[in-house]
Amino acid sequence: MALLEVRDLRVAFNTPDGVLEAVRGLSFDVDRGSTLAIVGESGSGKSVATQTITGLTSGARVSGSARFDGTELIGASSEVLRTIRGARIGMIFQDPLSSLHPYYTVGWQIVEMIRAHDRSVSTSAARRRAADLLGVVGIPHARTRIDDYPHQFSGGMRQRVMIAMAMALDPVLLIADEPTTALDVTVQAQVLAVMRRLQEDFGTAIILITHDLGVVAEMSDEVVVMYAGSAMERAPRRTLFYANHHPYSEGLLGSLPAKGGTRDRLTPILGVPPSLIGLPAGCPFAPRCPYAFDRCWRETPPLRMVFDDPDHASACWLTPVLSEREALRAARVDREPDQPQESASATRVEVRP
Amino acid sequence: MARFLFRRLALGLLIMWLISLAVFALFFIAPNDVARTLAGRQATPETVALISARLGLDQPIWKQYLDFLGKAIHGDLGYDYYHQVPVTEIMAQALPITLSLVAGGAIIWLVMGVFNGVVSAIRPRSFVDRSLTAFALFFYSMPTFFLGLLLLYFLYYQLTVAGYPIFPPGGYAPLSDGFWPWLQHMILPWFTLALVSAATYTRLTRASMLEVLGEDYVRTARAKGIRESRVITRHALRSAMTPIVTQFGIDVGALVGGVVVTETVFSLPGLGKTSIDAINQQDLPVIIGIVLFASLAVVVANIVVDIFYAVLDPRVRLH
Ligand SMILES: Nc1ncnc2c1ncn2[C@@H]1O[C@H](COP(=O)(O)OP(=O)(O)O)[C@@H](O)[C@H]1O
Ligand code: SF4
Ligand SMILES: [Mg+2]
Repeated sequence: MALLEVRDLRVAFNTPDGVLEAVRGLSFDVDRGSTLAIVGESGSGKSVATQTITGLTSGARVSGSARFDGTELIGASSEVLRTIRGARIGMIFQDPLSSLHPYYTVGWQIVEMIRAHDRSVSTSAARRRAADLLGVVGIPHARTRIDDYPHQFSGGMRQRVMIAMAMALDPVLLIADEPTTALDVTVQAQVLAVMRRLQEDFGTAIILITHDLGVVAEMSDEVVVMYAGSAMERAPRRTLFYANHHPYSEGLLGSLPAKGGTRDRLTPILGVPPSLIGLPAGCPFAPRCPYAFDRCWRETPPLRMVFDDPDHASACWLTPVLSEREALRAARVDREPDQPQESASATRVEVRP
Repeated sequence: MARFLFRRLALGLLIMWLISLAVFALFFIAPNDVARTLAGRQATPETVALISARLGLDQPIWKQYLDFLGKAIHGDLGYDYYHQVPVTEIMAQALPITLSLVAGGAIIWLVMGVFNGVVSAIRPRSFVDRSLTAFALFFYSMPTFFLGLLLLYFLYYQLTVAGYPIFPPGGYAPLSDGFWPWLQHMILPWFTLALVSAATYTRLTRASMLEVLGEDYVRTARAKGIRESRVITRHALRSAMTPIVTQFGIDVGALVGGVVVTETVFSLPGLGKTSIDAINQQDLPVIIGIVLFASLAVVVANIVVDIFYAVLDPRVRLH
């Protein structure tokens, strides 16, 4: 049994313009000690999905299931969720400056977290633990810096503080929502290294939300590619990078082999994600998909196994046979030598599910 | 922090000096001839000259001003025209009454406003939120004197007629007469003052809380598994208090110089009523004394607010 099993998660918000379906039938598993990366453009529902699982979204209509270590989280009482949050599921967010309270010292904020879950820990013991944690995440002079305020730290150091706080109670799952997006490139690698080291030491599972494929390549075991609120493709990291099936993954990775075989050509995906209000039937990626054909507009493709690999699933009507999919890819490269275009005239291989 | 404090005090002194100039200009070198007014219509030129000399009006302007300023700094605001009582003594009698009124009223409106605002912000657009908003706006839109008279009619007149003389019709009982009489005299004025102001604080708190509740650090607090009540108070309200404290300081500072309408309705001889009486009687030294004191209160309140601001926010304090 996986540590976290999410099944058909749906989250909808009532907005003045209508019902906004932020998450539309998302399913994934996270195994103990492993890292699942969730990638996708901004607005694809990554944050809403993970925050709903931990009970942090308010005012939303939620359905589906999220079993965490045997406990159903969707619909659980706020007290159950509260005791799980922080203690068993740690969370860190994109912007460490705005995510820490500006009026309290970092030590106070970590101590508060420790004592919120165990009143029997004395404040001084919690402070010692907080100082140790700051040392573990690589903050110099942790013993004195514990009394500094967030604004007195640099961006990278602040994110280390967030990590120290999230790891304070040795959670089994860490949800890191774009933990390096707001940081300088050089600092990003250091922060990722801290996370990886803690994962090795404590055996923590990680859900890593990012839109940086470099981060995915470095950190993840498995990858879920999200688009418009649902999973487009789910695969082990290597499979996703070297034998992806879904045209959206292909576009994200810029994985078109250019003529001559090099893979380094950047191919941006044209167009913008669809509105999540009143999304029509059919594949949500169809308006931007260079492979789209009739069926894509009519029927929504389910996530199904492709390439005869039980660990690999894709929500796309294109052929699930590896060689045929590669042939399509090659045909597309021939057709669009420089710039991908939306062309409707190519022959497609349609396969019944 | 020390530099900040010093700058703030220096600025306060500068402002007080400018105010003293303005007061002097308005009352002493304005077109009206103080000596002639004081001497009365039938006065001989000799009398007017005598009064002029006694007031120092025959001196050059700058000398007059320095004289006025020097005395004011030493707490000498002159004597009132009618009973020759030192102005400071008149003010010293009125001040405790105004302070009683402002302190009690301020505490009530602050507690009411912040509590209602927080409750509203927790469930925006809910029934509770709308009811509290309606309640607040009802009193907000009511003129102070009308609310005062309304309270007097129902809680003094009707209750007394019904045989429960709990509230007096007005006037003041000093604390030295005992706590209960003092309280009896203060409750209606307090609520008159507080109910009108509470609306401002309800709206301010609600808006401030709604903004803070959307902050990332509030989400972090929840992600840490902190109890919701603590998230609201220690995390959200702590930040949301900053604009409230600012407004509070400015309001209290402005009222300490006299709560004209409420004091008048309840016949409380505080600074507000004293200044109205002084204006009616053209009692210039008293008016000047109260104007100077009221200005000082506003300036001091602003400095206190700024210091408090720094104490509340380490980003300001440690800059
Ligand atoms: N509280 C909310 N009310 C209405 N819409 C929301 C709310 N929170 C998020 N959304 C919408 O849900 C969609 C998904 O958002 P999000 O999960 O933050 O995307 P991502 O994290 O993938 O960038 C966006 O279109 C966003 O506008
Ligand atoms: S289902 Fe059709 S439109 Fe959607 S990704 Fe596959 S080919 Fe493109
Ligand atoms: Mg996000």
